Amino acid sequence: MKQGSAVERLKNGIITENPTFVLTLGMCPTLAVTTSAINGLGMGLTTMAVLALSNMFISMLRKVIPDKVRIPAFIVVIASFVTVVELLLKAYIPFLYDALGLYIPLIVVNCIILGRAEAYASKNGVISSLFDGIGMGLGFTVALTIIGAVRELIGAGQLFGYSVMPASYVPCSIFVLAPGAFFVLAALTAIQNKVKIAGEKKGKDMSKIQSGCCSDCMNCSDTLCGQRKEEPDNGNN
Amino acid sequence: MSDLMKVSSNPHIRSKVTTSSIMLAVVIALLPATGFGIYNFGLDALILILVTVASAVLTEYLYEKIMHKPVTIGDFSAVVTGLLLALNLPSTAPWWIGVIGGVFAILVVKMLFGGLGQNFMNPALGARCFLLISYTSIMCNFQTDTYTGATPLAALKAGENVNILDMVVGRTAGTIGETSMIAIVIGACFLILLGVIDLRIPGSYIVSFVIFITLFGGHGFDSAFISAHLAGGGLMLGAFFMATDYVTRPVTKKGQYVYGIFLGILTGIFRLFGPSAEGVSYAIIIGNLIVPLFEKVTLPKAFGRGGEKA
Repeated sequence: MKQGSAVERLKNGIITENPTFVLTLGMCPTLAVTTSAINGLGMGLTTMAVLALSNMFISMLRKVIPDKVRIPAFIVVIASFVTVVELLLKAYIPFLYDALGLYIPLIVVNCIILGRAEAYASKNGVISSLFDGIGMGLGFTVALTIIGAVRELIGAGQLFGYSVMPASYVPCSIFVLAPGAFFVLAALTAIQNKVKIAGEKKGKDMSKIQSGCCSDCMNCSDTLCGQRKEEPDNGNN
Repeated sequence: MSDLMKVSSNPHIRSKVTTSSIMLAVVIALLPATGFGIYNFGLDALILILVTVASAVLTEYLYEKIMHKPVTIGDFSAVVTGLLLALNLPSTAPWWIGVIGGVFAILVVKMLFGGLGQNFMNPALGARCFLLISYTSIMCNFQTDTYTGATPLAALKAGENVNILDMVVGRTAGTIGETSMIAIVIGACFLILLGVIDLRIPGSYIVSFVIFITLFGGHGFDSAFISAHLAGGGLMLGAFFMATDYVTRPVTKKGQYVYGIFLGILTGIFRLFGPSAEGVSYAIIIGNLIVPLFEKVTLPKAFGRGGEKA
């Protein structure tokens, strides 16, 4: 698979570098809004829209933005899109707007978005950056929806608002409260690691499913990481 | 080769006391409270106790089998956890509450953190708080055939009069093992005589709690009010059997006093100013979390260190 191609970027975001289970970024919305599957889905899609658009625009502007003030510049771009999305949600999906509440403006400081802007969009072409944003956003959406679904199922006996458990089931309400988010996130991350380790033992090439970045750049052995930075512009813009 | 000739690294002086002998002593010490609970609440209580203990032990066994670790159920620590948890459940709780509690206590609070000696929080209390938050209505349903109505502490909080003699003997509503102060104290005396626990933590816990209640309870030094608070709820069970848990208490002697005082003040705050009538479980697990700090502050100076500066 070609480095930086649309399919590669999508797969990277959803599986290889899943922002929630592998990179463990953006924990605040992950833990706070996933009380139900629909909230997780809504938050994930909202973030994805902002992420894809801001990645694309930051990639376009990467030659213009001076290096020293890039973080404030990124924040301005991200905040503009968050405002747009917030107003759109308020106008057209008010129930989701009410459910997510404060966490919509907080998307501005979601570290996935700033992280992708800094780590990918500011160094790569527009198309790759757009698909990187969509892939990461989808990965975030999938993760949040799964966490929300598990919490809703155990904590309320429902799935997307429909009762699915037998009537005799007594909901374990701690799962829709704050501690439940930690239990479910930890369990799902453990399952993800278990699958990864089991695959490694079978001798499959798991390097593609390994975490993309250990965020320890001083001792980083990931040669791809360095290549990404030095990769010449593919002429995408 | 005899044990004397073995050359090994320290410690060279070994005690005959083993984990299983201590845990067995705790089980025996809990028997009076358990027996009174069964006498008080009937067959439901017995079934719930058996289910909870069995699920705790079975969870530990299965986890260690699946993870290919040495099986440690022979040290009775899972029995103690299960029994303590069962004594903290109301007798009206359905059997699956015991199962969920036993599994949570052993699997999440104990084994996932590395097993006995590694858990940062008392497993029985962790599971009780988990159940209390998850199934509040079931965990607070103290209605039984024998006694209906609120626990004495809830009545006390509502400003009603309580019968202190009933509370001391244990003929009140409450969880299976907490009602009888006499039965708990008998068990505690047994442990103190054996040297399994000492009075540092329970003593400083109860004394600081009494002082706090006297200062802020709004009744002054009212012996009826104070003894009702002492005999009611889980204070005795918590102070003697759960705050003294070897794994989750401070190791330093000074730290144990500080820990006991901290628990007493927290329990007083929860009981007097909190929304619910009882607060022993939460006080102890919060105390468990702060234990490393108590130990750090009260670490004794190594021989030759400190003292006068040259």
